[in-house]
Amino acid sequence: MAENSFDLIVLGGGPGGYVAAIRAAQLGMKTALVERDQLGGICLNWGCIPTKALLRSSEIYRLLHRLDEFGFSANDIRFDAGKVVARSRAVAKQLSNGVGYLLRKNKVTVVYGQGRLAGKGRLAIAKDGKAVSELTSEHIVLATGARARSLPGLEPDGERVWTYKEAMVPTAIPKSLLVIGSGAIGIEFASFYHDMGAEVTVVEMLDRVLPVEDEEISAFARKSFEKQGIKIHTGATVAVLQHNGANLTARIDGAGQGAEVTVERVILAVGIVGNVEDIGLENTAVKVEKTHVVVDEWLRTGEPGLYAIGDLVGPPWLAHKAMHEGVICVEHIAGVNDVHPLDIHNIPACTYCRPQVASVGLTEKSAKEAGHEVKIGHFPFIGNGKAIALGEPEGMVKTVFDGKTGELLGAHMIGAEVTELIQGYTIAKILETTETELIRSIFPHPTLSETMHEAVLDAYGRAIHF
Amino acid sequence: MPIEILMPALSPTMTEGNLAKWLKKEGDEVHSGDVLAEIETDKATMEVEAVDDGKIGKILVPEGAQGIKVNAPIAVLLGEDEDASALEKFAASVAQPAPTAPSPSPENLRPAAAVPPPVKDRGNGDGRVFASPLARRMAQQAGLDLAAIRGSGPQGRIVKSDIEAALSAGRVTPVATAAPAPVLSQPVPGAPILSKERVAALAGNPPYTERPLTAMRRVIARRLTESKQTVPHFYLTVDCEIDALLKIRGELNAKLTPTLPSPVGRGGKGGGISVNDFVIRAAALALRQVPAANASWSEDAILLWDTVDIAVAVALDDGLITPIVKMADRKGLAAIANETRDLVARARAGKLKLDEFQGGTFSISNLGMYGVREFAAVINPPHGGILAVGAGEPRPVVKGGTLTVATVMSCTLSCDHRAVDGAIGAQFLAAFKKLVEDPLTMLL
Repeated sequence: MAENSFDLIVLGGGPGGYVAAIRAAQLGMKTALVERDQLGGICLNWGCIPTKALLRSSEIYRLLHRLDEFGFSANDIRFDAGKVVARSRAVAKQLSNGVGYLLRKNKVTVVYGQGRLAGKGRLAIAKDGKAVSELTSEHIVLATGARARSLPGLEPDGERVWTYKEAMVPTAIPKSLLVIGSGAIGIEFASFYHDMGAEVTVVEMLDRVLPVEDEEISAFARKSFEKQGIKIHTGATVAVLQHNGANLTARIDGAGQGAEVTVERVILAVGIVGNVEDIGLENTAVKVEKTHVVVDEWLRTGEPGLYAIGDLVGPPWLAHKAMHEGVICVEHIAGVNDVHPLDIHNIPACTYCRPQVASVGLTEKSAKEAGHEVKIGHFPFIGNGKAIALGEPEGMVKTVFDGKTGELLGAHMIGAEVTELIQGYTIAKILETTETELIRSIFPHPTLSETMHEAVLDAYGRAIHF
Repeated sequence: MPIEILMPALSPTMTEGNLAKWLKKEGDEVHSGDVLAEIETDKATMEVEAVDDGKIGKILVPEGAQGIKVNAPIAVLLGEDEDASALEKFAASVAQPAPTAPSPSPENLRPAAAVPPPVKDRGNGDGRVFASPLARRMAQQAGLDLAAIRGSGPQGRIVKSDIEAALSAGRVTPVATAAPAPVLSQPVPGAPILSKERVAALAGNPPYTERPLTAMRRVIARRLTESKQTVPHFYLTVDCEIDALLKIRGELNAKLTPTLPSPVGRGGKGGGISVNDFVIRAAALALRQVPAANASWSEDAILLWDTVDIAVAVALDDGLITPIVKMADRKGLAAIANETRDLVARARAGKLKLDEFQGGTFSISNLGMYGVREFAAVINPPHGGILAVGAGEPRPVVKGGTLTVATVMSCTLSCDHRAVDGAIGAQFLAAFKKLVEDPLTMLL
């Protein structure tokens, strides 16, 4: 086989791309991965991972303000924003290096450069605008990801109007901040900056924050954020953004009727657009809808031999969904037995704000809309011993069952560490357990996970501790 | 003292054999010389005769069991003055034989004819069926047998989507009878197990290719076997002249064509309403006129259906499905044409909803497009009848003493004699024939 000829090429080294490449190599394919910037993609370098490092700092800072409650005292509690950011960058760097190691270990050829389709089975690689090589393969997996969407009149300038990227490396914590968009990204930054001492205002176009979550969870979250002091405008948009000396003044239209807010910084978090440009799609049968590539259940585009995964294709735009798609796509190409298409209802989603939010499957409303007769269970953290011992009694777990079959349709959680807990429900869903197995399962005492058991019991009128 | 009946050696070289069929069941009186069972070897099938008088106390080896060693006990005969208690004492003292298949669980030692063995061996050796809890519950609620379903999950585990596929593939009517009749992969209790080895042997072991059984194929096999074995069928055939019908159809379609695209694959060249749509309407109206033919048998009463819901057999790549034109008697030809076209298209795409193919009160099967002149169809329980429609073809007919040519379509009605008697079936066919031959009357 010629040096530049591969069994499979992946374009894009984010979580979808590198996992696809490793899986392909495991299956014995000669695999190449093409990356234009950093291995690990947005997730690892500018998304999931560095924000978790930042949020860890803000969590510690918040706890330090509660020392007295736990029997400690300390004076002069301060932080150094530079060090907080440096730690976050170091974490990202460590993991990006780790991905490089994993690819080497699996004998994936990593090619740095800008990849562009150049006819059937051919990918031209350019560096700094100059063509450097051409790779060929029968199978090319596109995993170019996505970037922040901008709104007309609210274009980020990198200085005072930020996207996630600038928001991740502040030189100082602004005194005041306007976050436009209350999806996972917007709310995590709102939570981080608020806990670090900024005055935060959130504007959401839809009628509730975290609009993809269950309505009750959204309402719970909003109440909690407002109690902390975050200002929230829903059903509202930012009409005008005026530069006003060192500050920005935003006019908010909608619910608050012409409210104005003056802030030092604005974060734009109104969704993403797929990176469909400059990769040579125009001469293919690939269909692009609203900046995302259309694929079938095996991640095949309209062009034979061309596949797409991750943020480049449909929602939910989550790293673990991209990884899983990478595996499915590659295993299907390799003809592995028992490969199943991704079931969107089994993809958990986590938001690392305070309190944390996590969910999997159908919301109560979507379950009803899908025609299910539902059984709903609730359990508040205040009924859980471990939550009280941790000093984190704010939270709630909600379960949605099909009343007829007992199928767990969805689970929705808000509270401390729920992002670590949701996986229990995800396993339950993928194994297709009914309420019976969940009720019979023994949850260790005392743990936060007991709230998960009680929320199941409650759906069947059997909650013990509430 | 109970007497053991042993596996006989049918030839000097025989070391083991298969129990093909029990001709007596537990509790039966037997006399010396009665035939008890049929034993099969690789060479022949032979009968086992009783050598003593008495009563069959217990059958130890179920029908279909294979590889039973010569001289292994296959049943226990009770003496005239012995009862079940003697059997218990006896059983305690005797080691059970170990036939290789089906699994020798204690369940199988119960009388096969009286109680269907609940053990369903998927052929993986230990009889365990791997299925998700949700799949188990859905199967239970739908009255489906897990053993008859192929799992698509890891290592063949049966998951929700397999149950959904089985439900939409076969006409799995949630069992209406009081007892949740266990539906078995080996459908009829007492029938020999038709393993592939056995079938191949019966055919003289010619070479063959295996096509795996789909859930739909198993359901078809089970339901139609059940129908032919439990429903007393009888058949009535009538010839219908359809020249007038074809003429009206042509005229209607000339007017309707802009709104009704040509039905795909239903012989309606350039026309929106097919002959079959006329047949559906005529059958629906005839059932309305002869309500006793729109009936189903139950153990408690004959159920005369208030609605006329006609199930139409649709051939698929691997099997068939019967989507239902509900309240067909209240729908006009255009509505029936549109609805069947939609149902057929979705049936072939596997997109029918459960209630669109489960149920119905009467069925129609049309093989006319294949040039079949006439045939008799198997009733689709709980329906009381099914109309088998042949091809319309020019045939000589005698009219007023002269020989002439007419387009004739033969239709055969299969009736469940428990619910529909011959005279009722004949009345229905007469009404149907009248509507088909004078199609203006069905436009009313």
